[in-house]
Amino acid sequence: MNSLFPSIVSRSQSLGLMNFFVPIISIVLTLITGSIIFVLLGFDPLYALYTFFISPISSTYGISELFVKATPLALIAIGLSYCFKNNIYNIGAEGQLTMGAIFGGGIGILFHDTNAFWLLPLMIFAGAIGGALWGLIPAILKTKFNTNEILTSLMLVYVALFILDYLVVGPWKDPFGYSFPKSRPFSESGRMPLLFDGLRVHFGLIITLFLIFVSWFIFSKTIFGFQLKVSGYSPKAARYAGFNQTTLVFFAFAICGAFAGIAGLAEVSGPIGLLYRDISPNYGFTAIIVAFLGRLHPIGIIFASLVIALTYLGAEDAQLFLQIPSAVGFIFQGLVLFYLLGAELLINYKLTYKKLL
Amino acid sequence: MNLDLILGILQIVLIATTPLVFAGIGELVTEKSGVLNLGVEGMMLVGAVSAFIVLVITGSYFLAFFVSILSGIIMSGLFAFLVLFLMSNQIATGLALTIFGIGLSSMLGKQYIGTPIDGLSPWFFVIFSFLIVFLVSYFFYKTKAGLILRAVGESHNSAHALGYSVIKIRFLSILFGGSMCALAGSYISICYAPMWQEGMTAGRGWIALALVVFATWKPERVLIGAYIFGGVTILQMNLQALGLRFPGQFFSMAPYVATIIVLVLISSNKLRIKLSAPASLTIPFYKGR
Repeated sequence: MNSLFPSIVSRSQSLGLMNFFVPIISIVLTLITGSIIFVLLGFDPLYALYTFFISPISSTYGISELFVKATPLALIAIGLSYCFKNNIYNIGAEGQLTMGAIFGGGIGILFHDTNAFWLLPLMIFAGAIGGALWGLIPAILKTKFNTNEILTSLMLVYVALFILDYLVVGPWKDPFGYSFPKSRPFSESGRMPLLFDGLRVHFGLIITLFLIFVSWFIFSKTIFGFQLKVSGYSPKAARYAGFNQTTLVFFAFAICGAFAGIAGLAEVSGPIGLLYRDISPNYGFTAIIVAFLGRLHPIGIIFASLVIALTYLGAEDAQLFLQIPSAVGFIFQGLVLFYLLGAELLINYKLTYKKLL
Repeated sequence: MNLDLILGILQIVLIATTPLVFAGIGELVTEKSGVLNLGVEGMMLVGAVSAFIVLVITGSYFLAFFVSILSGIIMSGLFAFLVLFLMSNQIATGLALTIFGIGLSSMLGKQYIGTPIDGLSPWFFVIFSFLIVFLVSYFFYKTKAGLILRAVGESHNSAHALGYSVIKIRFLSILFGGSMCALAGSYISICYAPMWQEGMTAGRGWIALALVVFATWKPERVLIGAYIFGGVTILQMNLQALGLRFPGQFFSMAPYVATIIVLVLISSNKLRIKLSAPASLTIPFYKGR
């Protein structure tokens, strides 16, 4: 007779195949849980799931919107993988995104009546610098003052949001804006070029794909990527090998901040076109889920960003057609991460039934 | 400065700080057992909204707090299941709990935004917050059960070898943390505000996490830390109300900036953190059956 409950046995080597299956298992479980939630709310689950996951992307416009949402998520998530691979928990990407939007957007406001080819590259560069500087604060505090980066990076999110709020109601307020809390619109050459006429998907997508490719190269082909991986798996081994942890922390935070900053700039110079209070619907936090769901792998992150972007679109449609508050999107995001973390057990452990008799 | 004004400010500080004390002491107990739960903010929000909804529907304060604490137990139970039985990464799971809690609370509370309720007098809870800190301190340092809990947090393998059930003790500590966070949330939505608004805890959950570090994992110091943060918050509000020619946003930042500064001051002494933090914090326990 076998025991009723399986016991958990450690695998001697983690099962690589599961890296691929675990995200899929967690998405399926999320969908099942989602339909149960819809039934509890009194909806036909199939219709609700259709409204949530199929109808938003059943038009060209919908697919373009999916890429608009996936662009910042994927870009921040690939940046976060530099940190997470090394067990650095930067959860303040939202602040770094905001600071990138402030720096890059500031250039856009300064040159609001200039039309020149150099304007957008300058804004992107400034966005990257802004995000990187904001990311370096927790890096310095962690390496020089031993301060927990989780808490400092998160506190800096609030600080960045207040700075943005101050700027758009104060010095950067649009003089012709009827005192709405928003800045002047950027000039035409300060906007991300659209990839297709009539669709909102913009050049930021190309930048994101390029940076994902560069990151893939760094992760798999350079010493720096190797050092990140080793010090993530075994800090001791990294120390014996003489890798400089301080440098790694600095680079990881700076790169992550720069990527988040570019994502922020791409948002304000892409779909929005000016600075205002709520530039990001929590992209910086949601990207944490994307990074984990993509298992910190460039290709995985591309797929994960599309899945999570769909929860944003689905939530909007659910609010419109089913009158379910759009916050249900965050519930799905939380659920998918729960299932993912739970199912990760299958990578490092196996379940066996012990013989009782 | 007359006496009334000082007493008035003191009152406001007491009322504003109480939720930080609850959430901070709850998280401290969880961390003492060796588990870091970053879901404080999420549990506070769900606790706040569930108390508010139950109060609107039933009109019973008792039921409101009861259901709220129950919600905290369920939320933290979910977390405990994942980190204890499925041995998931505590940091990521805590973040998931916060994201899930933000979503769940704003979905449940959508139709209750702006619903008026009769707030409850906070004084019972203010006194209770002091009491609970001293009870926890007594429990840790004067009872055997407290000693066992601390042992589990310091070295789960030794505690296991001595025959203590690491998983059970951690499970209970996590549930206690969850119920305290939910209590903090329900206090905010029923006594402090009293109203429901999305994300109304405004980062207090994260400040509570910082408080535990500030307190170097000692219960009474949570009280000191909480009152420093509460004081800064009230001070900046009063200064803003004075209508100085300084932008209000810079005052609003003050509690968060103060948190960073205090964390830096406390943590810069590496040895102090190393000696005070539970040695098994964030390390999963695996029996190796």
